[in-house]
Amino acid sequence: MDKAMEIKRISPEMFEFAQMGDKLHDKKLETKPVGYFKDAFRRFKKNQASVIAAIIIVLIILYAIFVPITSQYTVGFKDAEFKYLRPRSLFLEKFGIFEGGLEMTLSQNFYANMVGIGIAAEDQNGEGATWAEGIESEYYPILKIYEKTTQTVAGESSNSWICDVSSYYKMGFSYKEVAASEYDKILAWQEETGIPVLYPMINRGSSDTPSEWCNDYSDANCWYATKRGVPVNYASNAAGYELLTVEQLESGAKTFQDIYLRNEDGEVQYFVSTAKGGTMCTIRVMTYNYYIYLYGHEPSYIFGTDGSGYDIAIRLANGIQLSLILAFSVFFINFFIGTVYGAIEGYYGGVIDLIMERISDILSRVPFIIVATLFQMYLVATGKASTIEALLFAFVLTGWLGTAYLVRTQFYRFKTQEYVFAARTLGASDFRLIAKHIYPNTLGTIITSSILGIPGVIFTESSLSYLGIINLDGTEQTSIGTMLANGNAIMAEHPHVILFPALVISLLMISFNLFGNGLRDAFNPSLRGSEG
Amino acid sequence: MVKYVIKRILLMLMIFFIIMFIVFMLIKQLEPEYSMDKTMADIEKARREAMGYDKPLLVQFGIYVKNIVTKWDWGTSFKMRKYYGVVDVIAERLPPTILINFYSLILSIPLGIGVGIYAALKKNKWQDHVLSTVIMIAISVPSYVYAFLVQYLFGYRWQLLPLTMAPLSEAGGWFSWTMFKSMLLPIMSLSFGTIAGMMRFTRAELTEVLTSEFMLLARTKGLTKAQATVRHALNNAMVPILPSIISSFVGIIGGSLIIEQIFSVPGVGPVYIQSINLLDYNVFMGVSMFYTFIGLATTIVVDLSYGFIDPRIRMGAR
Repeated sequence: MDKAMEIKRISPEMFEFAQMGDKLHDKKLETKPVGYFKDAFRRFKKNQASVIAAIIIVLIILYAIFVPITSQYTVGFKDAEFKYLRPRSLFLEKFGIFEGGLEMTLSQNFYANMVGIGIAAEDQNGEGATWAEGIESEYYPILKIYEKTTQTVAGESSNSWICDVSSYYKMGFSYKEVAASEYDKILAWQEETGIPVLYPMINRGSSDTPSEWCNDYSDANCWYATKRGVPVNYASNAAGYELLTVEQLESGAKTFQDIYLRNEDGEVQYFVSTAKGGTMCTIRVMTYNYYIYLYGHEPSYIFGTDGSGYDIAIRLANGIQLSLILAFSVFFINFFIGTVYGAIEGYYGGVIDLIMERISDILSRVPFIIVATLFQMYLVATGKASTIEALLFAFVLTGWLGTAYLVRTQFYRFKTQEYVFAARTLGASDFRLIAKHIYPNTLGTIITSSILGIPGVIFTESSLSYLGIINLDGTEQTSIGTMLANGNAIMAEHPHVILFPALVISLLMISFNLFGNGLRDAFNPSLRGSEG
Repeated sequence: MVKYVIKRILLMLMIFFIIMFIVFMLIKQLEPEYSMDKTMADIEKARREAMGYDKPLLVQFGIYVKNIVTKWDWGTSFKMRKYYGVVDVIAERLPPTILINFYSLILSIPLGIGVGIYAALKKNKWQDHVLSTVIMIAISVPSYVYAFLVQYLFGYRWQLLPLTMAPLSEAGGWFSWTMFKSMLLPIMSLSFGTIAGMMRFTRAELTEVLTSEFMLLARTKGLTKAQATVRHALNNAMVPILPSIISSFVGIIGGSLIIEQIFSVPGVGPVYIQSINLLDYNVFMGVSMFYTFIGLATTIVVDLSYGFIDPRIRMGAR
């Protein structure tokens, strides 16, 4: 009798459960299983530098989104008179920072002129104001005097003042050419709000005030009699004039002698008609208050203004928007193309792989700058695409190669694994194998490498616009590279123009690199468990 | 070995040729009708005919390649330097580019490697953490930001160094002291990134070697840490570092467009920008192929140098 038959004969009743009454000590796992991405996120959170970098990136993105919405300025807004203004915030200036000041060394005449602006501002009626009133004035341009120095050159001593001068108030007054109706409007506005705008006209080169009394009659701040820039009092001694020193003026012993335009009754005049019939007239306005009249708010630019009078803060937000939109578009498109291309290469292998590899070989050898230039020449110059589109095409043409290469390697690694064979035996289609079984394994690597590519895109875009190969400068559009190029030329006198764009782009690059590195460490499974 | 080298070079030439064909065709589509200079009309006409401007594009390309192969003639500049050969236009711009990049490498490679070794030896101590953070930032910050910084500080603020590079006629020779001094700022701005990159690379490679088993063996047989590091670790760490140094030296003729622009270095970069702005397409074509060639040459030199430096890496086996 063989064994099999014997086993068959065992009746079911003879079987019994071995552990029927035993207590089971191991429990079913009650915690949730930790997925790949959750695990990666957990590891990422441990990396403090990367978390800080991520926060900075989010802050910069928020800046780029919300500044254009909340700002009182627009990208195209500029006032040519308010150029090279220093950073100023109406709120922060109460604490003594962001006052819009710039350090200047003032000569005696220049110093007197600055105080003169303050005095003239207090003297709208032409009745005269004292030196002390000028210094007390809200419109007195000097914020702080750091140091008063005395040099002696060839026996003559001269003073100079190292001061913090407000770039907003130092413009003082200016001449405007307006229609007569506009003049009435300003007058009405001035009475309504109580903000002084219109100031007495200066007697420019008539018989009463010879041209020698003032160096430059186009300068609306030159409202007192001068001799080669030195304040003077005329007709007070035999020589016809007396030179005034700052000390005399300061002590109140002497005052500026105004050269305002007056009628027969000695009343100051606020306008001079320039066209026949009095339709147009020249007025002398306080530049600062005229700005308030025009735009309805005080000028205060948190990052200052550039050489054209654009608000740097909002231009910067615009430039960041461009950089980030470009970077993320490139990221997604490259991600998509690279994945599909690499998956096909890696999965099918053989001749297909060989041909596709040669194509990417050639593409990867074309220097990017040449691609970018050719696209600009081809698409933008001929009007087939906008500058940004052409730049995007250039990035996309070769950008996906890295992703494709990574995907291909990962596919080679995973496609011969047993679980893939098992799935194939169960009848899974090629597409299902690629999408469901192999591709998810490559995701972590690709995401990190793509994110590490973002700073490169931002850098390249800013370099190209700096070099002028792509032109993104306009009233409605700018880029960080363009701002850097504009700022570089005037760096010596106005470093703030280049400071903020350079700072932001450095921050962006550092944060994206740190963030990408953090992600790479988090997604790299070889680190699993090494940190306890 | 020889077969492999020849194969690589032929492949490189093939890729170079294909890229040349594509760029040539694209540029020729765009090339404008140059207005003929009246006084020089005869010369200009002759030049154009020699380059086959009146023939179909494919024939033009044939002439272009033939001229390069037989006469090393890359065409004529019609705008930037009238009737100069493109080769001359590029060649006269090479010295400043090469010099600046060469000085920068000479400065930054030893420094980078030195600091890298130091960081690797102090791994996970505070010195290493400080250095790694600094390096991380130094690598990320774009080179032009350094350029602005040094230009502002040394040029404007302290007035120590000239803002832009001195013209050759004023400096009196490429190797004069005035010239060198005026090159210092671009050299500095180029060096920051290279030092940082070199240091990170060295640190990564050396830490890996230091933890390997043969180092333990070296210590076990009685070598001090310094002896073991110098005799065994450094040699092995240099295997991937040396090719990258070699490739940097090949890359120096390419230069940095943006640094040259900032410091008005009369190098190859500005030629490229000018050729675009003036639409001098022959020069543009020439510089484009110049950059392509450098890119190709760099990769091939790196790949080949691996084999020479470390015989264990077999040629042709991927």
